[in-house]
Amino acid sequence: MKKISAIDDLKKAGEKGLKSLFPDGVKIVVGMATSGIAAGADKVYAALNEEIKKRKLSYILAKTGSMGMDFIEPLVDVIEKDKPRLSYGKMTPAKVPQLIDQIIKGNIDNIKPIYRIDEEDVIITNEQYQYLKGKVPEYLKDVPKISELPFYKKQVKIVTRNCGIIDPENIEEYIARGGYFALQKALRTMTSDAIVEDVIRSGLRGRGGGGFPAGKKWQSCRSAQGDIKYVICNGDEGDPGAYMDRSVMEGDPHSVIEGMIIGAYAIGAQEGYIYVRNEYPLAVANLAQAIEEARSHGLLGKNIFDTNFNFDIKISKGAGAFVCGESTALMASLEGKAGEPRAKYIHTVEHGLWDRPSNLNNVETWVNVPVIITRGGKWFSAIGVPHSTGTKVFSLVGKINNIGLVEVPMGIPLKDIVYDIGGGIPSGKQFKAVQTGGPSGGAIPAAMINLPVDFDSLWEAGSMMGSGGMIVMDENTCMVDLARYFIEFLVSESCGKCTPCREGVRRMNDILHDICAGKGRQGDVEILESMAKGIKDGSLCALGGSAPNPVLSTIKYFRQEYDAHIQKKCCPAGVCRALIRYEISAKKCTGCGVCAKKCPTECISGEKKKAHKINQKKCIKCGVCLESCKFDAITVK
Amino acid sequence: MVNLIIDGKTITANKGAMVLEVARAAGIDIPTLCAHESVSRSGACRLCVVEVKRGNRTKIVTSCLYPVEEGIAVETKNERVLNVRRLVLELLLARNPESEVIADLAKKLGVTPQPRFTLDKDKGKCILCRSCVRVCEEVVGVSAIGLSCRGSDKTVGPPYSEKSDVCIGCGACAFICPTGHIEMETTEDKRIIWGRTFKMKSCDVCGRYFAPVDQLKYISKITGVPLKELAICTDCR
Repeated sequence: MKKISAIDDLKKAGEKGLKSLFPDGVKIVVGMATSGIAAGADKVYAALNEEIKKRKLSYILAKTGSMGMDFIEPLVDVIEKDKPRLSYGKMTPAKVPQLIDQIIKGNIDNIKPIYRIDEEDVIITNEQYQYLKGKVPEYLKDVPKISELPFYKKQVKIVTRNCGIIDPENIEEYIARGGYFALQKALRTMTSDAIVEDVIRSGLRGRGGGGFPAGKKWQSCRSAQGDIKYVICNGDEGDPGAYMDRSVMEGDPHSVIEGMIIGAYAIGAQEGYIYVRNEYPLAVANLAQAIEEARSHGLLGKNIFDTNFNFDIKISKGAGAFVCGESTALMASLEGKAGEPRAKYIHTVEHGLWDRPSNLNNVETWVNVPVIITRGGKWFSAIGVPHSTGTKVFSLVGKINNIGLVEVPMGIPLKDIVYDIGGGIPSGKQFKAVQTGGPSGGAIPAAMINLPVDFDSLWEAGSMMGSGGMIVMDENTCMVDLARYFIEFLVSESCGKCTPCREGVRRMNDILHDICAGKGRQGDVEILESMAKGIKDGSLCALGGSAPNPVLSTIKYFRQEYDAHIQKKCCPAGVCRALIRYEISAKKCTGCGVCAKKCPTECISGEKKKAHKINQKKCIKCGVCLESCKFDAITVK
Repeated sequence: MVNLIIDGKTITANKGAMVLEVARAAGIDIPTLCAHESVSRSGACRLCVVEVKRGNRTKIVTSCLYPVEEGIAVETKNERVLNVRRLVLELLLARNPESEVIADLAKKLGVTPQPRFTLDKDKGKCILCRSCVRVCEEVVGVSAIGLSCRGSDKTVGPPYSEKSDVCIGCGACAFICPTGHIEMETTEDKRIIWGRTFKMKSCDVCGRYFAPVDQLKYISKITGVPLKELAICTDCR
């Protein structure tokens, strides 16, 4: 393998990458991130491979990461010379022969592409890459351009710039889209101080949740005493419903590596660690492969870009403890100790991993770095809002039409994410709230739909940015049950080191369980509030320190639901089983008997073609009858 | 030297000293459970919390681990601090209802049991302060016991709760335990701890049983002092 040691080597590798991205013949690309595979992309890939072989076609079949459009996976892109790139959604192996027919015949008669890409703005090089040369072929005129899709329109892709476009296993494609040019620029033309200054100027704040200015952290670590320093990438993403970092590690692993090398050079570190949870096997595999490839190209190792700078990266696999996303627990785990946090009165930038100066940043933070170096901190700081610059990736999940990963400029109104990008709430139901920040965050009610989504606004609203989970809830979500769910999660994830978190959170959980079971007592809300204060103040790390947030925010915005559970023993959203009953409306019931057949406890009875009844004593409130009734005859009370 | 204020008193302290020691030296009482002079600090019990004010920002910290800083103002008994201590004690009263130490401390600080908490029956007197684990590792040097599981299921003991090969029966864990959770039974020539029975050595001079044979062997091994010289109890040496 020829080493890349000068800008000309990069340009040559980039040219090869461009040929791979824009081939002369036909190229079919399958979105093979975990979200794609979960939807069946691996089977589609296998079917395509077989069909191409069977017909003896010279098509290139390749893999890519996720475009973020999880609601239409598996996604298959077809690239033909000088034509728009076409994306086909919800592909199945059965549709593969038809798709191949279409390509051969040059039509879209049977399977319609969801969108087409005529040209692509490559953010890092500030260039436009053309798929389409000349005019749009007549038969593709009705296919919308990707930039016209509501899901896509308001997104700005900096962090996810390559996901779903390049083959994560092909370093040349990464280079073709401006990859490693930032590293070359940093190492050959910038001093360490200039890099740190540019990152400070960019206003980049830590994307792991804390929002601490990244440049300031780098500066502290750079000026800390010590010959040996470390940079660490936190890929221990653990919030329920959050998968931003996974998607980037899977779809664009070189961007993580490049960011870390630049950071290491700026700080003066020789070794780096990527701590990634082992439940992300594809992320681990793609990162390992990318590190190997970077090493064989001389981008990791000794004398990078012919300078005297040496740096290498090791992967450390976490065993799935939520608390290991906390920096000091992560470092303990890296050292081979139990993943428990320690007090941070002495900062990790001075005494971190093995007691040496260590700079830890989240995946998304690192991935922003190459763009900042190439385009400049000033350019970056103009995106977003003054104190929250750049973009943020969110995993938009829950009761929302367009489930997927979205990258938006900081400060965008919540409404734009939910309604424009997310496409609103399914089945015409009412939007109720959004939980941001995972179990450490809070619920933002529908009334605050215009809230700008940035670090400070979310904090003021009683939630937090967190790492980027965004769970949308509709009218059928019980907010007490939601708080109970997150608190229960934290009970099982508390490491058990300090008393307030270990004992306090489980006692809050007991009380919330009681409230949901109709055993809530007068004064419970006040006890929860008082405990929350003590736990927030008294816990050792941010897990305990933020654990009460879901409870506090739901009490703040949905107090009436707590009161209904405790005083009236009813669950207004119809969720808490102990407090609800299913009933059949005699007027609407046609006596079809479907519900009676489906009921697992056989508690529904009645004569044929006459109204049925539910035996409340035997009913386990599973809701199967409600789902099976086609006549809306079953109600929850 | 560093100048700071604790509860309104101006105090000069050595750089690197912890707020806990400095406050206590000034006659200010701060309750603790997991801080012991023989072992490193873990900040686990959270009873020693104080509020530190620097500039306009205040934060709650554990005084056992917080080094004194120039110009900070520390409050050891304000409402925010007492709220954390009260919660910690309420939680420990519910976890360890049979612990006299917790009950006495709660009484002293005017904390009564929170009736909303169901009392645990399976936790004994262990508050998971890990003093025992630290003394075994840092002072004795054998690491015979450790912590397993997480959350409130965390327990202290030898690996897999099996009889430990490396335990020397010294009993340091039982001595350091602030609540008396660790059971150690010594009868003349035998000592039972962590499920293992240790043979005691009798003093070659007075004949009194004074230490487990395994402990003397271990001391001999790490210090190089012949076992024979260790066969005499400290009173007769």
